[in-house]
Amino acid sequence: MSEQAAIEVTGLVKRFRREMLKRDYTTWKTLLLRPFQRRGPGDFLTVLDGVDLSVPPGSTLAIIGENGSGKSTLLKILAGIYKADQGEARVRGRVSSLIELGAGFHPEFSGRENIFLNGTILGLSKKEIQARFEDIVAYSGLGDFIEAPVRTYSSGMYVRLGFAVAVNVDPDVLLVDEVLAVGDEAFAHKCEAKLNQFRSEGKTIVMVSHDLIAVKKFADEVIWLDGGKVAAQGEPAMVIDAYRQGVARREDQVGRKRAQAQAELAAKRRWGHGEVEITAVRLLDEQGAPHAVFTSGRPLGVEIDYQIKAPVQDLVFGVALHTSAGVLAYGSNTDLDGIELGEPPKQGTVRLAIESLDLVQGSYLLDVAAHAADGRAYDYLTQVASFEVRGGPSGDEGVWRPAHSWSLAPPGESA
Amino acid sequence: MVSHLSELAKHRALLWALTTRELKGRYRGSLFGFLWTFLNPLMLLGVYALVFSVYFRIQMDHYAVFMFTGLLPWVFFSSSLNEGAGAITDGGSLVTKVLFPLQVLPAVKVLANFVNYLLSLPILFAFFLANGVDFTWCLLGFFIVAGVHLVFTYALTLLLSAANVFLRDTKHIIGNLLTLWFFLTPILYPLAQVPDAFRPLVYFNPAAIITLAYHDVFFWGRWPAWGPLAGVAALSLVLLFMAVVIFENHKEYFAEKI
Repeated sequence: MSEQAAIEVTGLVKRFRREMLKRDYTTWKTLLLRPFQRRGPGDFLTVLDGVDLSVPPGSTLAIIGENGSGKSTLLKILAGIYKADQGEARVRGRVSSLIELGAGFHPEFSGRENIFLNGTILGLSKKEIQARFEDIVAYSGLGDFIEAPVRTYSSGMYVRLGFAVAVNVDPDVLLVDEVLAVGDEAFAHKCEAKLNQFRSEGKTIVMVSHDLIAVKKFADEVIWLDGGKVAAQGEPAMVIDAYRQGVARREDQVGRKRAQAQAELAAKRRWGHGEVEITAVRLLDEQGAPHAVFTSGRPLGVEIDYQIKAPVQDLVFGVALHTSAGVLAYGSNTDLDGIELGEPPKQGTVRLAIESLDLVQGSYLLDVAAHAADGRAYDYLTQVASFEVRGGPSGDEGVWRPAHSWSLAPPGESA
Repeated sequence: MVSHLSELAKHRALLWALTTRELKGRYRGSLFGFLWTFLNPLMLLGVYALVFSVYFRIQMDHYAVFMFTGLLPWVFFSSSLNEGAGAITDGGSLVTKVLFPLQVLPAVKVLANFVNYLLSLPILFAFFLANGVDFTWCLLGFFIVAGVHLVFTYALTLLLSAANVFLRDTKHIIGNLLTLWFFLTPILYPLAQVPDAFRPLVYFNPAAIITLAYHDVFFWGRWPAWGPLAGVAALSLVLLFMAVVIFENHKEYFAEKI
């Protein structure tokens, strides 16, 4: 038995009819008008495209991937709710799915009544529920509320009760869809403890999660689904890293496309007297290529194209970086830095080179301005571009991420 | 068909749990609570009795009792179809997120309405006593008539619940068809009121045959006409077979269609 995989999936393909996704149901009318309409391959959306996997008994597999990559569909096929179009999914043992907590709860019924209802739906007999009833109530932590109608519960209480029933089904294989994300801190700890208990009891767990920290903690193996295909599979740290890089790459592409699509500058607010017009703003990496995602600690270049429409004196160019929360990360201008622009050409490009972008991970917004030394605005643009900073560990806080290192030494010695 | 029904039997605890949920949940939170199970048919009877014995003045002894005899099973039948047509589409997370023998959902609607019907029978009997209509041994025929009626209703409900997943218009169409069907069935009027030329047509209406059979066992105190009833029973089984085949062939796609 231990030789056999608990879950075995081979060449799994799942398509959804596109028509259905558009909520364009077949009606009597369409049926009468086009009764023999043929459906070509273009009418289908392939959600899972040849997925293979094998989970040994007692191990924990996590599925990660962007929204719409097919994670939940895969889980639903494993649970037997969806049918595969091609390939096979075989699950050995009693399955309990934490895809929907509290399925079949009736709002007017008490927690007690709903435990029996939900337990029956999940496949427990009345005796089995009775035997576990105290455990379920204790685990849910609802106390006296167990006699109150479920409609009076807070959403957290509702989820706790649903979870308490589901984990007491005593499954061989547990399918978990993003449940760790609901509930408060204490509940999250309880979930973790329960998952750990399941693991130590040698049960097989398949979890879908966006919480990469939790994934790293629990999973023995991770698969990354991308567009219905397995993009990477194996060691959690390795797959998570590959996934993170993949996401950054995609965001960068999207950002670049957006920047190219914007022929005109789209500033949140723009004002000024118009003697100088800023015609383009670009964010560049060390090779001079435009990007929307940059790595912390690496160079960033800001280029501003301008045109002088009317004679000006004391022209100053300025740049400011804000976090997405609106905190000013850094701001300066050519005047403050003591740069004499003299008699600038009527048309040209100003370039600011930041040698090391020492910012913590996150989204940042860029303001650029052309103004006079006395502050008179010629052309002032706020939030004219946004970019992402990546790299380094996630979780460090603040705005500034200086290059740093730690060391430790006994008293008397210098570290 | 056998596996479909045996699965239903296997999950009878579930079937029963959901039926009680349906029955209890229906009136939970209302002032009269479960009393509505009895109040509803009484009020319905009041309305029809007012219209047909006071305004229309149908000439017949014990008309109210007669009408009630046919009306109660009709309410069971039409509510089952009306509610059952949406059983899968309104099943929500039970269909899309839980692995579940889906035929339980329409079966629950039928069963809940059937239990409701049985619970309203004491009212009917009270009416019999009050109006001096006699009970006879032919009452035992009720079990046979009700059995046929139950199979017929479940078959149609199963079919409609599956059809409604793919054609959402089903639910709306059935509501209107049931109104027509109701008036074509001799519930509010005795068969004698139907013109001779149309009377043979009644025998093409299974609901009419069932209603007449209920009239026989309850009201007239005689055994039902076995021939037509056997015909309806055969039809019900054929219908059930068709419904099961269609349902089983399509149920894998219910989750993604909802």
